[in-house]
Amino acid sequence: MIGRGLAYLPEPLRRVGYVSLILGIGIPLLLRALGFEAGPAAAALLRGSVGSAYAITSATLVRATPLILTGLSVAIAFRAGVFNIGAEGQLLAGAAAATAVSLLPTLSHSRWSPLVALVIGAVGGGLWAGIAALLRARFHVLEVISTILLNFVAAYLVGYLVRGPLQEPLHIYPQSSTIAVVARLPRILPSSRLHVGFLIAIFVAVAAWWTVRFTAAGFRLRAIGANPDAARVAGEIDVARTGTRAFIVSGAIAGLAGAIEVTGVTFALYENISPGYGYTGIAVALLARLDAGGVIASGLLFGVLEAGASAMQRDAGVPAVVVSIIEAFIILGLVVAWPLHGAARRTPRVLQEVATPADQ
Amino acid sequence: MLQIPSGTLATAFAEATVRTATPLMLASTGELLIERTGIINIGLEGVILGGAFGALVGATHWGGSAVGLGVSACAGMLIALVFAAATLGMGADQIITGTAITLLALGGTGTLYRTIYGATGSSLSIDTSARLVIPLLSRLPVVGTALFAQPPITYVAFLLVPLIWWFLERTHAGLALRAIGENPAAALAAGVPVTRIRFLTTLVSGALGGVAGGVLVLSQAGTFVEGMSAGRGFIAIAIVVLGRWHPLGVGLAAFLFAATTSLQYVTQALGINVPYQLILALPYVLTLAALAGVGGRATPPATLARVE
Repeated sequence: MIGRGLAYLPEPLRRVGYVSLILGIGIPLLLRALGFEAGPAAAALLRGSVGSAYAITSATLVRATPLILTGLSVAIAFRAGVFNIGAEGQLLAGAAAATAVSLLPTLSHSRWSPLVALVIGAVGGGLWAGIAALLRARFHVLEVISTILLNFVAAYLVGYLVRGPLQEPLHIYPQSSTIAVVARLPRILPSSRLHVGFLIAIFVAVAAWWTVRFTAAGFRLRAIGANPDAARVAGEIDVARTGTRAFIVSGAIAGLAGAIEVTGVTFALYENISPGYGYTGIAVALLARLDAGGVIASGLLFGVLEAGASAMQRDAGVPAVVVSIIEAFIILGLVVAWPLHGAARRTPRVLQEVATPADQ
Repeated sequence: MLQIPSGTLATAFAEATVRTATPLMLASTGELLIERTGIINIGLEGVILGGAFGALVGATHWGGSAVGLGVSACAGMLIALVFAAATLGMGADQIITGTAITLLALGGTGTLYRTIYGATGSSLSIDTSARLVIPLLSRLPVVGTALFAQPPITYVAFLLVPLIWWFLERTHAGLALRAIGENPAAALAAGVPVTRIRFLTTLVSGALGGVAGGVLVLSQAGTFVEGMSAGRGFIAIAIVVLGRWHPLGVGLAAFLFAATTSLQYVTQALGINVPYQLILALPYVLTLAALAGVGGRATPPATLARVE
């Protein structure tokens, strides 16, 4: 019955609908299998995510904001055939850059501070991805490996910053000072934690969807992901340059997510600022079938899941890491049930170029 | 500043290097094997984590580090089996599946750990495995204890490198395995059971990755911590590239990475004022730099990461 109704929804929404349906049955079964009481746990999950207006705005939508952006970051890179697994590191780079700027004495009392922080965060993420993009284009280093290594470097770098240059003045806690109230993103509703960053994420997703769908740059992106050889020969597209641009834009979006997290939610930098948003972004992007518009829907679903998991741990004693199992099953199920033709299914370009001399 | 005799410091550095290198060698030689058949398992991180948890279960429920290592090998194979079923069985993308496998292991081990041992499991400790001291050789200056007074699994890890070289380069089975990575169609036409060998190799590499995780628990930490693989799986994959898909190169690369990681002990002991976090990041940065240096010249197996 519900399944029949879902069939009338547009494509990415329908997929998210089906997966929600499967999760509705699967999560209680998984909880039972692990020996928890499924009823109270599932009730806690729903109460904590969609049970009240406060839960929806302050938990789910706040949590969905970085997931929509990292999902978008991954989707754009994968679309171009770039396996950017580094959204996590790019997010951290963006968060660190945004914190540094927000704490500058000259800027911290300006009402332009949040805007500057977001821009600098995006630049930071873009530069961090740029390292891997450069290694890929110039030195044929697989971006899968370089981005993962850079995730670790970024994590250690944040660890250093919050104990060194950016540490709070008393030097007690491994975290930065709290940023000034003017430097924070405004709240949308006075009674909830929901901030303007959510609207920015939606706007960026819609803009990305429109760009990919209707502009020449978007066409080039889709062309090199679908078939780089055809794009090069028939479309006279510079595959390497288009891939590099997509890579950097992907990093900038992840960096923006980090900047929004600092200026909208945490107001300070510390080591575990991201509970794996960058990795969850891969699941978000795959569920949306790499469609920028679909990322909004799948980001919201994962927001429900993660916000609910926190409530489930708090109220029903079910460890929140259960969500990683669920995410893994979603990715595995999707990649088996709906194989991605074109972009993400191709051999990374670098491997082909390394295997055959690049100057051919 | 602490005054430490330079001999003691060199010994500590050598011991730390060998200790760090052991799990990396096990995991990266396993990854080398499957990559030579044309498969890349980004989920190695998850395999190691599964092995670490397996070692904990094995050692606490049945006792003994040998049993622990056996269970860790089985746990690694189990996780590799999920990977093999999705990629070889159902044609799913290797890189995305590998990422999912890591998430699965992270969530699975974390949940099971809390379910079985409770939230206070952190006090859990296991006797780390005994050292097999080789007489005379272990008394050599500086490298004696580092090389010849180690848990038995360390010797296995170091012997694995020449053994795998011999297997790949000097046996028929090794030739078949390499042929699959370079040209599966030709190998199939020559009568090589391509999918079966890929499947078996994935399981073998899963066992090696699992044992690598077991080593972390049984001969190093003596306990299990959520996410304790701490990126070693990804490092092992980088080591395979760094070693140019050659067993001896991989062994050397694992050693170099371990030595860089162990530098932290030297800087600490000498009181050199370099931030700890930056020293920890150094091996990753150097690996990136080394990959850039190797990048243009190394030739991966021709069909690596391509789905048939």
